[in-house]
Amino acid sequence: MKRWQEYIWLRLTGDAQSDRVVPRAGYSAWLVVFTAGAMAFLAVFALALSLAAGRLADRWGAELARTSTVRISAPDAQVAAQTSAALNVLKTTPGVASARALTTEEQAALLQPWLGADLPIDSLPIPQLIEVVETSEGYDAEGLRLRLSAEAPGAVLDDHTRWRRPLITAANRLRSLGIVSMLLIGLATAAMVMLAANAALAANAQIIRVMRLVGARDIYIARAFVRRFTIRTFGGAFAGTLAAMLAVALLPRATDDVGFLTGLGFVGFHWLLPLLVPMFAAIAAFWATRTAALRTLGRLT
Amino acid sequence: MIELRDVAYNYGGGDLLSEITLKLPPGSFHFLTGPSGAGKSTLLKLCYGELLASAGSVRIFGDEASEMDRDAVALARRRIGVVHQDCQFLDHLPITDNVALPLTVSGRDREAEEQNLQDLLTWVGLTDRARALPPQLSGGERQRAALARAIITSPDVILADEPTGNIDWEMSLRLLSLLVELNKMGKTILIATHDLNLIRSAKSQVNARVLRIKNRRLQLAGADL
Ligand SMILES: Nc1ncnc2c1ncn2[C@@H]1O[C@H](COP(=O)(O)OP(=O)(O)OP(=O)(O)O)[C@@H](O)[C@H]1O
Ligand SMILES: [Mg+2]
Repeated sequence: MKRWQEYIWLRLTGDAQSDRVVPRAGYSAWLVVFTAGAMAFLAVFALALSLAAGRLADRWGAELARTSTVRISAPDAQVAAQTSAALNVLKTTPGVASARALTTEEQAALLQPWLGADLPIDSLPIPQLIEVVETSEGYDAEGLRLRLSAEAPGAVLDDHTRWRRPLITAANRLRSLGIVSMLLIGLATAAMVMLAANAALAANAQIIRVMRLVGARDIYIARAFVRRFTIRTFGGAFAGTLAAMLAVALLPRATDDVGFLTGLGFVGFHWLLPLLVPMFAAIAAFWATRTAALRTLGRLT
Repeated sequence: MIELRDVAYNYGGGDLLSEITLKLPPGSFHFLTGPSGAGKSTLLKLCYGELLASAGSVRIFGDEASEMDRDAVALARRRIGVVHQDCQFLDHLPITDNVALPLTVSGRDREAEEQNLQDLLTWVGLTDRARALPPQLSGGERQRAALARAIITSPDVILADEPTGNIDWEMSLRLLSLLVELNKMGKTILIATHDLNLIRSAKSQVNARVLRIKNRRLQLAGADL
């Protein structure tokens, strides 16, 4: 580990003297900086997208796993009978893990945020609620509705969270797409740097030849290029990352926690993750330039 | 130091050189002559591994050239100072930096060698032109700079390809005496040249062998020199 760090450090530092041996390459250097910046900008958005999609999928998934409810709205006299009928139906329904009628206190607690604490709940015609926990396979909602309406006409199955199931799949898919996008952006950055490095190596063929003639080792020559491209890429990517983070920070925030578009920001320590983008860009550039340089040099005599 | 045995070379066509056997023992002084196009430069390139022999064996400091990896070639070249016929400078760097290039690429401390560098530039009469770029120099100035670069690292072997081609007689003698001096310090020297006067002058100072390329072969030149 120590040696590896030392190695990278040597590749990146190098004295000023050796740095001057290969002439600076004017505007094409800025193309690398700009492209790295743009790529980093995109990568940060892909990262934000992934994280947001992930958060959404997790939250919806948790809600989904919890419950659906069956509501019994019936004349007072029939509530008890219909409740037990509905519970029987639920117990024999495949895909239902458990079903339980909520107590009066629990129902009051659910209503409290909306109606206040000192509500005379007994005097209100409040439907009886049955909490249904499904198995991971889930149940057939249509079939359950049919059976409930036959056994307990006042029972209404409220599976409001179930419609999210395909959305969770979509959110997970979106998270994967974000990750794939980041990988593609990384590879594209490496490819771009490699093209630029190859162009620089070709442009400096005569200089490389002379350096070889006076006894320069390949790794020494490669270093001059590796150092430059790594620094340029890091610089560009760093600027691009900061710009993208700023853009994400300035996105309008909404309290509606279901709104996907407004949930695109970073949360908590996730703000640190984009800072990895310039690091990875630099690693990609280091690797790409080194590969290009050593390959090109290997072909010379 | 450098040893060629039954070496042949061709640039793709017929053999330019064949059955070349040459041994440069430590501390020896050789001249290489022959008509233009005979293959003098080619022979030197074989000696420092820029070209690989088509046949036969080239040993550089004991290692078979065709079997050396690229790092080994680089390290061997640090022990061989070469004056290339076409000089081979980095045109964007001033002469001082070009002369110091072998130090730079071998990671030696340039500060420590600064005095050495200045002395050498003085020797070849280029102190005034030290900050100039190679294309701004005359042919003779470039050759002097090339010689300075070849010996800056105090290499074991010095191969010089027409080092006095564009230089007046007085300066030629000066450079020659520098090479003779180095030879007396134990350096191995091979000079390719057309300049018979230079060879005669050298023979009065050192025990130099004169080789000639004729009809693709290498032969010892006669007493006519
Ligand atoms: N890279 C090359 N490809 C093909 N032919 C070459 C190449 N380099 C040299 N030659 C040919 O090989 C022959 C020998 O060239 P070389 O440079 O070794 O001659 P030389 O003895 O050094 O001549 P001079 O005294 O003019 O410098 C010449 O005919 C030249 O045209
Ligand atoms: Mg020649």
